[in-house]
Amino acid sequence: MAAVKETVETVKTIDVDQYKYGFVTDIESELAPKGLNEDIVRYISAKKDEPEWLLNWRLEAFRRWLTMTEPTWSRCHYPPIDFQDLHYYAAPKKTPGPKSLDEVDPQLLETYAKLGIPLREQEILAGVQTSKVAVDAVFDSVSVVTTFKEELKKAGVIFCSISEAVKDHPELVQKYLGTVVPTTDNFYATLNSAVFSDGSFVYIPPGVRCPMELSTYFRINEQKTGQFERTLIIADKGAYVSYLEGCTAPKRDENQLHAAVVELIALDDAEIKYSTVQNWYPGDSEGKGGIYNFVTKRGDCRGARSKISWTQVETGSAITWKYPSCILRGEGSSGEFYSIAISNGYQQVDSGTKMIHLGKNTTSKILAKGIAAGKSDNTYRGQVSAHRKATGARNFTNCDSLLIGQECGAHTIPYIESKNSSAVFEHEATTSKIADDQLFYCMQRGLDEEEAVALIVNGFVKEVLQQLPMEFAVEAQKLIAISLEGSVG
Amino acid sequence: MAAILPMRTAAEMALIERYHAEKATLPGAAEARAAAFERFEKAGLPSKRVESWHYTDLRNLLREAPPVAGETSALGALEFDDLPHRLVIANGRLVDGKVSAGVEMLPLAVALKAGRAALGVAMGEAIDSVVDLNTALCREGLFLKVTGDATLHLAFAEYVEDRRSVMPRIIVEVAPGVSFTLIESHTGPNGVAYQKNAVVELLIGEGAKVEHIRLNAGGDKALMLSTLAAKIGTEAELSSLNFTTGGEISRHQSFITYAGENAKLRLNGATILKGRQHADNTLVVDHAVPHGESRELFRSVIDGEAQGVFQGKIIVRPHAQKTDGQMASNALLLSDEAAMSNKPELEIFADDVVCAHGATCGALDDSQLFYLMARGLPRVEAEALLVEAFIDEALEAVTHDGVREALAARVSDWMRARKES
Repeated sequence: MAAVKETVETVKTIDVDQYKYGFVTDIESELAPKGLNEDIVRYISAKKDEPEWLLNWRLEAFRRWLTMTEPTWSRCHYPPIDFQDLHYYAAPKKTPGPKSLDEVDPQLLETYAKLGIPLREQEILAGVQTSKVAVDAVFDSVSVVTTFKEELKKAGVIFCSISEAVKDHPELVQKYLGTVVPTTDNFYATLNSAVFSDGSFVYIPPGVRCPMELSTYFRINEQKTGQFERTLIIADKGAYVSYLEGCTAPKRDENQLHAAVVELIALDDAEIKYSTVQNWYPGDSEGKGGIYNFVTKRGDCRGARSKISWTQVETGSAITWKYPSCILRGEGSSGEFYSIAISNGYQQVDSGTKMIHLGKNTTSKILAKGIAAGKSDNTYRGQVSAHRKATGARNFTNCDSLLIGQECGAHTIPYIESKNSSAVFEHEATTSKIADDQLFYCMQRGLDEEEAVALIVNGFVKEVLQQLPMEFAVEAQKLIAISLEGSVG
Repeated sequence: MAAILPMRTAAEMALIERYHAEKATLPGAAEARAAAFERFEKAGLPSKRVESWHYTDLRNLLREAPPVAGETSALGALEFDDLPHRLVIANGRLVDGKVSAGVEMLPLAVALKAGRAALGVAMGEAIDSVVDLNTALCREGLFLKVTGDATLHLAFAEYVEDRRSVMPRIIVEVAPGVSFTLIESHTGPNGVAYQKNAVVELLIGEGAKVEHIRLNAGGDKALMLSTLAAKIGTEAELSSLNFTTGGEISRHQSFITYAGENAKLRLNGATILKGRQHADNTLVVDHAVPHGESRELFRSVIDGEAQGVFQGKIIVRPHAQKTDGQMASNALLLSDEAAMSNKPELEIFADDVVCAHGATCGALDDSQLFYLMARGLPRVEAEALLVEAFIDEALEAVTHDGVREALAARVSDWMRARKES
């Protein structure tokens, strides 16, 4: 109850137009010239001092990208993107590779403090001893700092930026990069393969339970830049890791492009839990500006009894086009997808998941909650399929939508394809508004309308919030309230 | 990066040629035909890249466009022969039968030329290539105006020995307050790869009640395309059942638009497939006005290497408040090679609505089988009992006892044949 009250109070103090993370940090940065061609790809690769094989990999992707056309099947409408009018590389100038936190530009640290990221180790250590979070912060395109490195090293966990991993662990990167999302996968993933600038790399050795939550914070700061980060997480046999990413961007009038690729690989008995709190700038109350979020996220349950779980809270971005999926290859492997997608203003969300059952006795669960308010459109699009050999596959899908207001839309487009008679698939979906009798019941007991709506919405998404790591559940709950600000009353 | 247009297939070229050759002699509705043809010429036959045809790649399946079937006087056994009023439509042409007092009947060509009927009115805002093709090229068919309570059986029968195509169009106008039952049966020879593209348009007046039953018992090599387009008036009711057991490739599409408030719709489907059959049930229910109610229940039983498809879309337009839509598709897979694809969609733009859909897919429940077998039923009988009960729920909407029992008997026979093979 206390948390609900708090969210309602937070809402009251904020205007519709006031995006909490809308500040620009004035840091000198190094920009690649606008536009995209082979030279830019070479420039990025050279900047990062990459080996020959990676440059060739990028170039191959770039040539492939030139032959592809932008997908148009989603329920999102936006003016055509001029891919030549973007900077494909932006790096804070003064931080070519900090040795410690002291070397990091204090202004940058201040930025993160504003974002509320527990970047400084001592702060966290001084705070709650029991809940440590290791952070890799990505500023525009470059990974700025990774905390808790030493402690992780003791456990044998590799957690660093992907450019460091290319240098320090080339065998791992070469073995796994692009094996889940190949360079040929889709328009945006191919673009990302050609121009990805940085991202996080995680390797958990066999039998290791990662001692702390790992986390990345992405922030687009520079004007007219695209952010193309690439995350690669490998959980070796019997390993466990929980990973959280958070995203913000300053306010800008033009739309900024974000096309990330996330690849997860779980070997035998391994488990990866990947949580996202996405709060990119959604554009102003007239639908101007905001981030275009075109993300390819895929997990490969390669080993037997492995498990991958996606949890996402999507409240930001002008356009969200994102389908975190699981390829359930290993026998008895399982995939989970928990999602809260909230759209307000002129936001457009087309998001969902794919559960591809290939192995025997694979199971998956999908729980998607969509809330549409304002003039937004919120679509759940999901695919569940069972291959001929996926004997005993099991899926349960539940997607519920809540509509607040008369000008928004909520859509559900599931694809359920079964080619195995012993596979059991169940799908249910509902769409409704907040029932008058529920509101009446709450208000009759002394809550005002805003409190009542916050209470009901929080109840509606409760099952998904419970899946988030504890530290972030409270933050996510606040975000939900802020996102819905101005939609009721 | 210019968009690459696929090459025209032989079938597409033949159809385009046929339109140009016949344009001058096609009866009436020239404008509607030209518009439909233009759309078809632009889009071509729908391939799996067209979202609504994703699971039935017609471009690939309709390899050639065979010539139109000729006249015939042959009359074989027909379905539901105990119904009083029956029109026999052989190779697309009316050859026999009478209608009751409350029904006025005109040949399609006469009605179109006289301006009594128009093409595509019941489609609402829906656009579909197969309907466009029928609109552009249809010659044969009927216009029925129903002003008094009536029951009518349209017995479509194909008597062809070779690859032929038929494209009938039936337009039915039901006057306000009238109760009308329309039964369609489609039969044809086995072993002949004939093609059928039938379109039925229903314009249902205020407070009228229409029951529509369609039986697809086409030949085992037939390509059966059929469309039901309906516009439901204020406080009117439509109940439609599509029963598919025949045809090699079948697709039945329903486009239902609410033209008035407080209208009710019940769409049911029962599909039993075996061998290498492919059957697709696609529906679009367009709640364009407030206070509409719709219920969809589709049951599929799939054996052999057959493939079932269900695509259901409920659209709730802005201001169509108080809409109540419930859709369910359940499938039973009886063999390891059988496949089912479900795509139940909701597209909702109004907030005060209650909409839900459910889809399930799986094998027969082992515990139910065990329960029956523990009580002394042999396995095949236990299976038959469960399958019959499963399909029965979709048939419950049929109010005419004789028709319902005949359809249920088809399920029993199908299960018996399965046991024997």
